[in-house]
Parts: sequence; structure tokens; C-alpha cells
Amino acid sequence: MTLAEVVLAAAFAGLVAYALFGGADFGGGVWDLLAGGAERGHRVRDRIERSIGPVWEANHVWLIFVLVVLWTGFSRAFAAAVTTLHVPLTLAAFGIIARGAAFAYRKSVSTPGMRRFFGAAFALSSLLTPFFLGAVVGGVASGRVPPGIAEGDVVRSWVNPTSLLGGSLAVLVCAYLAAVFLCGDARRDGEHDLADAFRLRALVTGAVTGAVGLAGIAVLHADAPELFDGLVGRGLPVVVASVVAGLGALVLLLTRRYTLARIASALAVTAILIGWAAGQYPYVLLPSLTVEQAATGRSTLLALLVALGAGALILVPSLTCLYVLFQRPRAAGRK
Amino acid sequence: MLEFLADASENLYPARMQMALSLGWHIVFACFGIAFPAIVVFVEWRGHRRGDEVLIALAHKWAKAMAVLFAAGAVSGTLLSFEMGILWPGLMGRFGEVFGFPFVLEGFAFFVEAIFVGVYLFGWNRLSPRAHMFSALPMVAAGIVGAFCVVSANAWMNNPTGFRLDEQGNVVDARPWSAMFGPSTWAQFVHMWLAAFMVTGFLIASVYAVGMLRGRRDRYHRAGLLIPLTVAALATPVQIGVGDWIANVVADNQPAKLAAMEGQYETTSGAGLSLGGLYRDDRLHYAVEIPYGLSLLIHHDPDGVVPGLEEVPADERPPVNVVHLAYNAMVGIGVALLLLSAWYGLVWWRRRRLPDTAWFLRAVAVSGAGAVVAMEAGWITTEVGRQPWVVYGILRTADAVSPAPGLGWGLVAVAGVYTVLTVFTVVVLRRLARDRDTPVPQEQR
Repeated sequence: MTLAEVVLAAAFAGLVAYALFGGADFGGGVWDLLAGGAERGHRVRDRIERSIGPVWEANHVWLIFVLVVLWTGFSRAFAAAVTTLHVPLTLAAFGIIARGAAFAYRKSVSTPGMRRFFGAAFALSSLLTPFFLGAVVGGVASGRVPPGIAEGDVVRSWVNPTSLLGGSLAVLVCAYLAAVFLCGDARRDGEHDLADAFRLRALVTGAVTGAVGLAGIAVLHADAPELFDGLVGRGLPVVVASVVAGLGALVLLLTRRYTLARIASALAVTAILIGWAAGQYPYVLLPSLTVEQAATGRSTLLALLVALGAGALILVPSLTCLYVLFQRPRAAGRK
Repeated sequence: MLEFLADASENLYPARMQMALSLGWHIVFACFGIAFPAIVVFVEWRGHRRGDEVLIALAHKWAKAMAVLFAAGAVSGTLLSFEMGILWPGLMGRFGEVFGFPFVLEGFAFFVEAIFVGVYLFGWNRLSPRAHMFSALPMVAAGIVGAFCVVSANAWMNNPTGFRLDEQGNVVDARPWSAMFGPSTWAQFVHMWLAAFMVTGFLIASVYAVGMLRGRRDRYHRAGLLIPLTVAALATPVQIGVGDWIANVVADNQPAKLAAMEGQYETTSGAGLSLGGLYRDDRLHYAVEIPYGLSLLIHHDPDGVVPGLEEVPADERPPVNVVHLAYNAMVGIGVALLLLSAWYGLVWWRRRRLPDTAWFLRAVAVSGAGAVVAMEAGWITTEVGRQPWVVYGILRTADAVSPAPGLGWGLVAVAGVYTVLTVFTVVVLRRLARDRDTPVPQEQR
């Protein structure tokens, strides 16, 4: 692996983490949206709020991490992509603003009307944000971002079959991950009926996600031939791994092994993303800009490597502390 | 190529306005991210130490406000990181490898802050009091590191270092570590860091001053005013000294900015310090002048020579009126806040109590807004004062802006989103302030 590849791999690992953790938070919002009326959906919404409340801000930072590593290590490709895709990115940023603010503000008000309004804003933006981010990935993956500044079509770069597929898959994956993660959370707190309800949601969205993903291969064949070739060529083992992990996760859900189901689901989603990366390797921007061409100077990449290593030493224990603290059942009596 | 230029120049105004709006909004919440954790955990610590339920209740209330303020800061900061690329690809694409690096470090600081804000806000019932207070310390540290990194990137734009350009203008030999430590970095960082404590301190104190003016003079309100006001009052005199430092840094490194700040056209020895006025036809009209003031300020010598705008080509001069008046506003409000701090400090020193007049409370009640205006004016001074450059002396703002169609609509949309966001943020914070019960944050249903 070259230095540039290591740095890009770090950014990619950040993207995977964002998809798994940040994605599940968005998925929580999707289930909030679909939870039904205030009376009926109360317990589901409450469960979601308790699960993502302490962690969503930390999970969100993965996105910032990806952006800053890319603009430092792959400045030109970054500038090209965000200028061509400025519309969906701005919409995603608005979604992030609405989601985060509404979620935090809802906690701080007690009147039912206000709570409902913030709840609706939180839920709707949780659906739209991953869609736009998925559409951005679709634009990059289908080679619609040329390497110059704002050289691509600012509309068709994200309004196209691959982007539609990317957006839909992103929403489905978020909803699926959230449902799987919430099964375990609900069971841990003794809410077995809720655990079963999320299990059903996970099974259904898991099946739908798999079906859309497989149908999507046909879309890629027609709309993004280079990515398709990469996927069925170099990427094939990863695609197979994703299918196997996904099926395994469904079996684990059926047998209520929620912790293992979380791991299998995370593997399946990670494999989808690795499939995309493998499919377009060695190009950062299809069809011509390679990782090496896009990378900035050696001293910058080295500085990045040092910072990423040192940062990981701080980040890993901190994140562990956060998750361990809030995955632990709340001590009785101190409530 | 001509078409490209036409598009880009049309985008310059909306892009600058969008950036100014987003940054101007975010910076207020960033101040709370930097300064508020330290203040809240101090109150919590004192409350535990003295077994003082009033202080514990205050810490609970402030932690709830912190949840709102931190979320607002986090999401508005995200939009900014998108905008850096969307609006200014000429800056990020070309110089990202030089000055993008501190943002990576800031990313880690933001991570630490976001992780421990979760632990702190949701951990009241899960951690022992001691562990809970310790969980705030990473936030305090991350606030310092994060502020340093972001400000160092801005300082680099003011005084770019850490790279060379080849004949074609391409960046070669980028040295991101040394780019972080240019001549402006330390002065700008300390200035901003203190500003964060002033804004946070005066703003919170002003909330309780309003409450006391309405007759709620219990211990809860007095403590809510005293503690943040003390923090701000300690920071203010230091800030005035740092202001002198940073003015000298600007004089050394960005003479055009300093000349614009003072509305000074001619290079003068024994230059006076001009207050107010309007700059037209290469001179300042209706200004009040303090003789020798500027030379004294910059060189600590009444006959020191201060270069004027005439030294700079006409197309490299910043817009003088905006910079001059913003600078005057910042200094003017800063001095007013210094007087308020001195009033408070004097009475406290002599009598161990707050000044006993409604006028003092009224002054504290407006000090929060004043501190925010002063900080915004300071940012306008440094940002507009750098124009027409985005990278001083190297890259013009007009050459950095994106030529993509639709940026004008982006400004409209951002203005709309921020209007709505501002309204709801204010509504929620007001409700929090009015709500008298103080259970443990984030646990009540």
C-alpha cells in the first residue's frame, strides 16, 4: 500500500464508521417517522430517543472526519466533487441541521405541540439526509464527477439512476441497522415486546435492502458500467461476503441472537461499501483520476498519518468509554 | 474561459454573504463550546464541595442549556465544513494540503468534545459525582485545542506560510505543521479564546441580570449572575492587553488591514487615532481624532511612522468603512465591558457584594449582547480587512469562489434555514430559562 492509499483507507474507514453509527442514528429517525400516532408510537419513539440521545453527536463527527481528511489529503478531488455535487450536499447539510437541532431541542421542551413539531422535523430530516448523501455517493461512483472545479453537471450528477439507487439503499441500510441495534437495546432494558417489534422491522427492511441491492446490480450494469465491471470482477468476493453476512444476520435475528446479529449486519454493510471502493479502485474519480494522481504532497500525507495515529490513540478509548457506559443497563435504584 | 469568469464573479457576493452568515452564526455557539463546559463543571464542583443544592441546581440547568447550544454549534459547524469546499474550491483545492491539516486535528478535538458532552449530559445518574466532573475535563481541553486549530487555519489565511509556489503558481513543498504556526496564530488564538469566555460569561450573566431586575433576587439568581460575570470580568482586562498585541501583529504583517482599521490613507508619523467617521475620497470625514494615538498604540512612540492605504495598490485595498467601523465598534464595546468589569471588581473588592443599584443590573443585562456584537465586529475586522485576498497577498477571494450555477439560491436557502433555526433556538432557550424545575438533565420525561 502506498502512503496515499493508507490515508484514503483511513478516510474510507471513517466513512464506514459514519455509515454504521451515524447511519443507525438516522435510521432511528426513520422509525420515529413510521411509528404511528402520538399515542401508539410513544414507546417506540421513547426507546429511540433514549438509544441515540447520548451518542448521536459523537457518531456525527465521523462525517466531519471524512471531509477534513479528504480536503487535506485529496484537495483537488475534494474540491471537484463538492462543487459539482453542491446541491445534494447543501440539502444534506440542511437535513443534518434540522435533525440535530430538532432532536436536541425536543428534549428541552415539554409542551406536546412543540415536541411533536420538533419530532416531525427530526424524523423527516432523518429520512432525507441519508438519501442525499447516498445520491452523492451514486454520483461519484457512476463517474459523473470530472476532476475539475464544478465541471460536472450540477443536476444530472445526482439526479440519475445510480444516485437514486445510492440514496434508496442508504435510507434502507440506515433503517435496517437502526432496527437491529434497537432490538438489543430494547431487550437489555427488559422491553421484550419492543425488541420483537424492532426484530420484525429489521427482518422486513433487511429483506427489502437485499432485494433492492441485488436489483441495483442491474441498474449499475446499465448506468455505471465501470463500477459494475469492478464489482463483478475484483469486487466479487466482497459482494458475496455481503450477501452471506446479510443472510446470516437475518438468521441470527430470527433466532433472537441480537448481539451477533449486530456484528453480522455491520459486516454486511461494511462489505457493500468495500465493494464500492474495490469496484472503482484505483480511481478516486472515475473514469480517470487515480488515487496517486489525486493525492497531495508527501509531507502533508505524512503529517496526516501522524495525526491519524495519534488521534486514534485518543479516539478509541474515548469512544469505548462512551459506548460501554450507555450500553450498560442502568443501575437500579439510582434512577 | 470568459463564461467561467462571468459565473464566478456573479457568485462572489452570494458566496461571501453565505459564508459570513454561516460563520457569524456558528461562532457564537462555538464560544459556548469553548468556555461553557469549564464554567458548568466549576459550578458543579463548588456545589458538591459545599453541599450547596442551589449550585447543583444551577449546574443542572446550565447542562441542559449546554445540550441545546452544543447541538446548535455542531450542526452549524457541519454546514461550514461543507461550505469550505462548495463555495471556495479555489482555496481548498489548491491550498487544502497546506492549511487543511489543522482541521483534521480539530476534527479529533470535536470528536472528544462530542463524546464527552454525551457522557457528561447523560451521565449524571450513571457516574459518581467525581467521575462525572472528570468527564467534563476532556471537553475543556478539546475546546482549547479545537479553537487553536480553527484559528490557526484562519491565521494562515492572514499570513500564509509553510509552502512554496513554483512558476506556474502550484503549491510545492507544503509543510502543514509550520503552516499552523505563522506569525498571527498565537495572538489570534488567545484573542479568540478570551473572547469565548467573555461572550459566554457576559451572556449568561445577562440572563440572570434580567431575572433579578424582574425581582427574582434569590441565591440561585445571584449565583447565576456572579459566577459567569466573574469569569468574564477576569477575561476582559487581559483581552484589552491581548488587543494591543494583536494590533501590533497586524501592523507588522498586514499593513493594509491596519490602515483600513484606522481609516488612514497617508503614511504618517505621529499618526492620530481616529474614532468613527466615514471614509470617502481617500480620507476620513467627521472622525474624532486622538493626537498621536495610533503611533503610540502601534509603536509605543508618539512619532512612530504608520503606513497608510496609499502604500497599497488601489485594487488591493480592503473596504475601509466596514473595517474601520467594525474595529471601532469592537474596541468601543470592549472598553465599555472593561468599565463594567472594573465597577464590579471594585465593589466586590471593597464590600464583598454586587453593586447595589439597578443600573448595574441593567448594564450586565446588555453586556451579553454587547460582547456578541464586539466579537462579531472583531471577526468582520479581520475577515473584511483581509479582502480582496482570501490567502493574503497570494489568492484573491474572487479567484477562489466556485463557478457552479445556483450559489445565489444557496444563499437564499441558507438565510431561510438560519432564520428558522434562530427563532427556534431562541424559543427553546427562553423556555429553558423560564422553566423553574431542575431535575437531572436529560433524564426527565
